[in-house]
Amino acid sequence: MYELFKNLGAWLVSGDQWTGPDGIAHRLAEHLQYSLLATLVAAAIALPVGLLIGHTGRGAFLAINLASFGRALPTVGLVVLVFLASGLSMWPVYIALVALAVPAIVTNTYAGMTAVDPDVKDAARGQGMRWHQVLFQVELPLALPLIMTGLRLALIQVVATATIAAYVSFGGLGRYVFDGLAQRDLVQVLGGAVLVAAVAVVLDLALSALQRFLFLPHSRLRSSGGTPTRTA
Amino acid sequence: MSVDWSWIGDHTDDLTGLTLSHLQAALTAVFFGLLISLPLAVIAHRIRPLRGFLLGLSNVLFTIPSIAIFVLLLPVSGLTRTTTVIGLTVYTLVVLLRNTVEGLDSVPVKTKEAAKAMGTRPLRTLLTVELPLALPVIMAGVRIATVMSISLVSVATYIGDGGLGQLFTDGFQRNFPTPVIVGVVLTILLALVADALLVAVQYALTPWKRRRA
Repeated sequence: MYELFKNLGAWLVSGDQWTGPDGIAHRLAEHLQYSLLATLVAAAIALPVGLLIGHTGRGAFLAINLASFGRALPTVGLVVLVFLASGLSMWPVYIALVALAVPAIVTNTYAGMTAVDPDVKDAARGQGMRWHQVLFQVELPLALPLIMTGLRLALIQVVATATIAAYVSFGGLGRYVFDGLAQRDLVQVLGGAVLVAAVAVVLDLALSALQRFLFLPHSRLRSSGGTPTRTA
Repeated sequence: MSVDWSWIGDHTDDLTGLTLSHLQAALTAVFFGLLISLPLAVIAHRIRPLRGFLLGLSNVLFTIPSIAIFVLLLPVSGLTRTTTVIGLTVYTLVVLLRNTVEGLDSVPVKTKEAAKAMGTRPLRTLLTVELPLALPVIMAGVRIATVMSISLVSVATYIGDGGLGQLFTDGFQRNFPTPVIVGVVLTILLALVADALLVAVQYALTPWKRRRA
C-alpha cells in the first residue's frame, strides 16, 4: 500500500509524464476542452428552456420528469450506443455529455425561477414592466444563484464523465484509467483517477468562488440549492 | 441500428441474472447509505457546529467522479462487488444526508416541544415523532439515491462488475448494438419501477398525509 502511493507520487511529479502527446499536460487540456465545450452547449440549450418553463409555468411536468429521466439514463450505455450508430468520432462523447448536463441545468433553472416570490413578480408587473423585462430584470437576477448551482453540478458531472472519451478511443485524463486497466498498471489507473478527481474539485471550488464574488448581494436569498445527482 | 430480437430470446436467463445482480448492487448501496447517513443526519441536525462540516464533507465526496472512486478502491477491495457497493454508497450519502437533515429540520419546533412536555424522552421523540414527520423529505432522498445508484452501477463495468453495464461492454467489443439497447432500456425500466415502488412505500408509511387530501 505504502509502495503504491510512493509510486503514484513519483508518477504524478515526474517531468517526463507531463510532456509530449501522451503527457499529463496534453491530456488535461483535452479533458478540459471536452468538458467545457459540452457544458457550454448544454447551457445554451438548457438555460432558455429552463427560463421559459419557469417564467410561463408551462411544461413544469417536463422539467420535473426530465430530472428523474436524466438520473436514470446510464451514460456509459448512451456513449456506446451512439458510438455504434455513428462510428469513430467525437459525437458519442459530446452527445452523452450534453445529455447528461441538460437535465441538471434545466431543473435547477426552473427551480430557481419558481423560487422567486410571486409578490415580487406582481409588483414588477404592477409597475408596468413587460414580460421580458420581468424575466430579465427581476426573475433572472433572483434565480441566478440556483442557476449557478445547476451549472456547477452539470460541470462536475461532465468532468467526471468525460473520462469515458477514452473508452471510445479518444484522449482526456480517462486515457490513463483505461490504458492502466488494460495493462494492469494500477499506478497509472490511480494517477488518472486522482487527476480527474482533482480537476472536478478544483473547478467546483473555482465556480463556487466566482459565484460568491458575482452574487454576493443575492447570496442571502439563496436557498439550499438543487438536488445533486450523478450519472457516471 | 436494429434490434436482434432472437438474441434477446436466447439470452433471457443471462438478462435476468444481470438485472438481479444490478438491482442487488444498487439496493445494497442505498441500504448502507441509509445506515450511515441516518445517525450522521441526527448529529448534524442536533449539533449545529458539526452540520456544515458533515454536509461539506459529503459534498466533496460527491465531487469525486464515480470511475475514480471505483478505481481508487481497487487497492483496498480489488475487482469485486465490494468495490462497486462501497463506491455507490459514497454517492448515496450526499443525497441521503442532505435530505434527512432537511427532513428533520422541517419538523415544527412546537411539535417537538409538545412531545417534550408530555415527558417523551429524546430518543423516543426521534423515533416516534421526528422521523415519521420527516419521512416525506427523507423518502424523496431515498428515491433519488435509488434511481441514481441504479444508473451508476453500469460504471462498475470498467472494473469487471456493473450488472447490466456488462451488456454495454459486450456490445461495444463485438460491435453489436442489441445488448447495449437492451441494457439501456432495462436500466431505465428498473429505475422507474423502483421509483414507483418507493412512492407506494411512502404512501403506505404516511397514512396521515392521505386523510388530509
